[in-house]
Amino acid sequence: MSVILNINGEDKKVDVPEDTPLLWVIRDELNLTGTKFGCGVAACGACTVHINGKPVRSCQTNIQDVEQSKITTIEGLSGEVSKAVQDAWRDLNVVQCGYCQSGQIMSAVGLLSENTKPTDQDIDTAMQGNACRCATYQRIRAAIHLAASNLEA
Amino acid sequence: MTIQTSRRNLLKGIAATGTALFIGYNTNGILSHTIANAAEKSDLTPLNPFVKIAIDGTVTIILKHFEMGQGTTTGLTTLVAEELDADWDKIAIEFAPADHEKYKNLAFGAQGTGGSTAIANSYIQYRTAGAAVRALLVQAAAAKWGLKPKDISVEKGMVRAGDKSAHFGELIADAAKLPLPEKPTLKTADQFNLIGKTELFRKDNIDKTDGTALFAMDVKLPNMVYAVILRSPRFGGTLLSFETEKAIKISGFLNAKAMPTKDGIAVYATSTWAAISARKAIEAKWDNSKAENRSTKEIGKTHLETLKKAPKLQARKDNDFEKTNAAIASASKKVEAEFLLPYLAHAPMEPLNCVIEPHDNGKVTVHDGCQFPGLVHPTVAKILGLKPDQVEIKTYYAGGSFGRRATAKSDYATEAALAFKLQGGKKAVKLVWTREDDLAGGYFRPMAAHSVKIGLSDKGEISGWNHHVVSQSIVKGTPFEKALVKDGVDHTSVEGLADAEYEIPALSVGLTDWVSPVPVLWWRSVGHSHTAYVKEVSMDLAAKAAEKDPVQFRLNYLKSGNKDQKRLAGVIKLAAEKAEWSKPLPKGWARGIAAHKSFGSYVAQVIEISSNDGDIKIERVVCTVDCGVAVNPDVIKAQMEGGIGYGLGAVMRNQITLNDGLVEQENFPDYEPLRINDIGKIEVHITPSVEAPTGVGEPGVPPAGPALANAIMALTGKPLLKLPLNENGVDFA
Repeated sequence: MSVILNINGEDKKVDVPEDTPLLWVIRDELNLTGTKFGCGVAACGACTVHINGKPVRSCQTNIQDVEQSKITTIEGLSGEVSKAVQDAWRDLNVVQCGYCQSGQIMSAVGLLSENTKPTDQDIDTAMQGNACRCATYQRIRAAIHLAASNLEA
Repeated sequence: MTIQTSRRNLLKGIAATGTALFIGYNTNGILSHTIANAAEKSDLTPLNPFVKIAIDGTVTIILKHFEMGQGTTTGLTTLVAEELDADWDKIAIEFAPADHEKYKNLAFGAQGTGGSTAIANSYIQYRTAGAAVRALLVQAAAAKWGLKPKDISVEKGMVRAGDKSAHFGELIADAAKLPLPEKPTLKTADQFNLIGKTELFRKDNIDKTDGTALFAMDVKLPNMVYAVILRSPRFGGTLLSFETEKAIKISGFLNAKAMPTKDGIAVYATSTWAAISARKAIEAKWDNSKAENRSTKEIGKTHLETLKKAPKLQARKDNDFEKTNAAIASASKKVEAEFLLPYLAHAPMEPLNCVIEPHDNGKVTVHDGCQFPGLVHPTVAKILGLKPDQVEIKTYYAGGSFGRRATAKSDYATEAALAFKLQGGKKAVKLVWTREDDLAGGYFRPMAAHSVKIGLSDKGEISGWNHHVVSQSIVKGTPFEKALVKDGVDHTSVEGLADAEYEIPALSVGLTDWVSPVPVLWWRSVGHSHTAYVKEVSMDLAAKAAEKDPVQFRLNYLKSGNKDQKRLAGVIKLAAEKAEWSKPLPKGWARGIAAHKSFGSYVAQVIEISSNDGDIKIERVVCTVDCGVAVNPDVIKAQMEGGIGYGLGAVMRNQITLNDGLVEQENFPDYEPLRINDIGKIEVHITPSVEAPTGVGEPGVPPAGPALANAIMALTGKPLLKLPLNENGVDFA
């Protein structure tokens, strides 16, 4: 089927089988490889993108459902919250293998866009769907706090 | 920043910036240099470099070790930049091409990463390369400015003397004409500006936070065919027949072919999703007559039964089995326990994948997060009937490995090469594993059963320790056997036990190999992943029986004064101090300690837990590490944090089980990784040291599990001898 998806501010026409999850359209068709495949069952969060600003697992997203939506991938992040999160990630050397980090950052930006001063509990709740086999969790928590305080300053 | 490289790319890099100076080791292992210009088609073949300096002053470090998150891009760069006095922010990095001589791991003589050796084996080599370049640039500047080398200073990529200054690139033409110093002087520790500094930013910090970091999974080439493999659902099963009638209806499906190895069917399609969908529609029949058809319940039971028989092998040369038995028989107290630890999958975040790309000249490029070019390169060349120089390896960031990417058979690269060949060898083929493939695909940390018999004197001192390990050998039947099996004993089955630091009066460690078609593999910290658990939980059981404090009890066996014992005792004391071991905790809280040496490094951990209605929560982890000179303290801390998380997640709730030979775990919901809410604060303290640097990627793992178990046992009094804990009586919050 042919659909037009608005990704990172641009309308993109793609022609794919209708059961193709958004993840594979983003990766294989649109070559936006910052969004990762980790499990395919919405259990790891590596494929997290924003649909109208909210974090969503793209591996379980039907393309028909997002035809009228604004889709943002890690490549399309912009604005002060995104910058604060990415800067905090860099300042605290959060990444290890890095494979899950696009998804982590998308979830963190989603959290801070709604909650400007999250507690550890808020962070744990918002981030527990994003697995990191390198276990960078402690730094993720610290980076979200750092981004929040930098945004407040 | 481009970070993949190949010889062609090196030349392209020159084309972009003109001339560059290359410094590396020649085939005799002697430092050498050459200046090259793409326009002149300079012959680069004599030298695969370690350092490249472009005419614009850009310094590029060529990394012989891949990056799976452990920090080599930062570590190896630090070593060169330190001696070269380069500007940290302006250094580019590239992964080395396959060159088994020049880029070999000095710890094992082949090009590859593993065993937490990257910094240890590169420490002098990379620093020497950096120091040689610095000396060369200083000589060039001295000659140019009519000064003496001692009048020249180098700082942050600039060479200066009085009012004269030049960046590195301005000196490379002159430097190329001068001889390289054979043995450049290395800095002393007090001269270090970068080594030991916490404030260095990781070299992979930017591209891994903006989506531009490239993993092999991200490779897309023109006309590329996507492949997944329908593997035998049982280990050791062989293909009888298959039917593609339903798959043909899947849009994008191309074809399916039996793998020549008879253990799978390669399914080809025009996209990853089409390949995955088509595979689901294929029906296959398998011959399971030689397969592993048992269930882990039965396998576990047989492991435990085997424990009761006399060990087939003894791992300690000076072992006196009779003396140990006599010491235990006459002891006033005995501690006896049988442990059973499950199969574990590595489950790196990036599912395995590999792309084989053909070129018009008959050569191929292997696109891979390649952990072991020394094995992958000849393996792929052999399968494709090519000469080694016709196969190029392009290394990408690896989305984790934890050991999984380094197999003796180069399993997934072999699959990719076979799938490529089977498809005709004309089009690039991208082999992709799914998470389901990953968990069902074997190469597990082997199941391990241990029996422990400890005798205690009336003073509560250990008089004898008799240990028997039953586990499948990881290295027997592989090229690693020669180096790691001695007198029949696979060292990786007993490491950390047979050579434990504790001074035990009579210690015997027996081993019986388990044999099965289930492929097993090193899993972050290898044998230490089970030996440390059993050793350290047993120490607590013995301390309890002896009515002694677990910290003091351990220190009693580390008193001989040898360096090994002193260093282990050092991290234990520091961990106890930082964790305030003796300070009382609130009701329902408890602490546990464990300490272990692995990969040359000494790690102790104290874990604090709380219990809420019996649900255990990990509140705090205090970790101390002595890994010699701390090259990148922040990377070391990150590796300890990550190792602790990896170890805890597994011990808490991970296991691979078989039911009639079929793996029962399908995806992360059945093999639940550690999550952010599972773990509280981790504090890492690094012991200052002047010893040569040792491993950090793995040593954080072994003490984590037993420290947690010891904390829970301190709270409940119940021994925790079977893993994972959540399947054996422990509930987590």
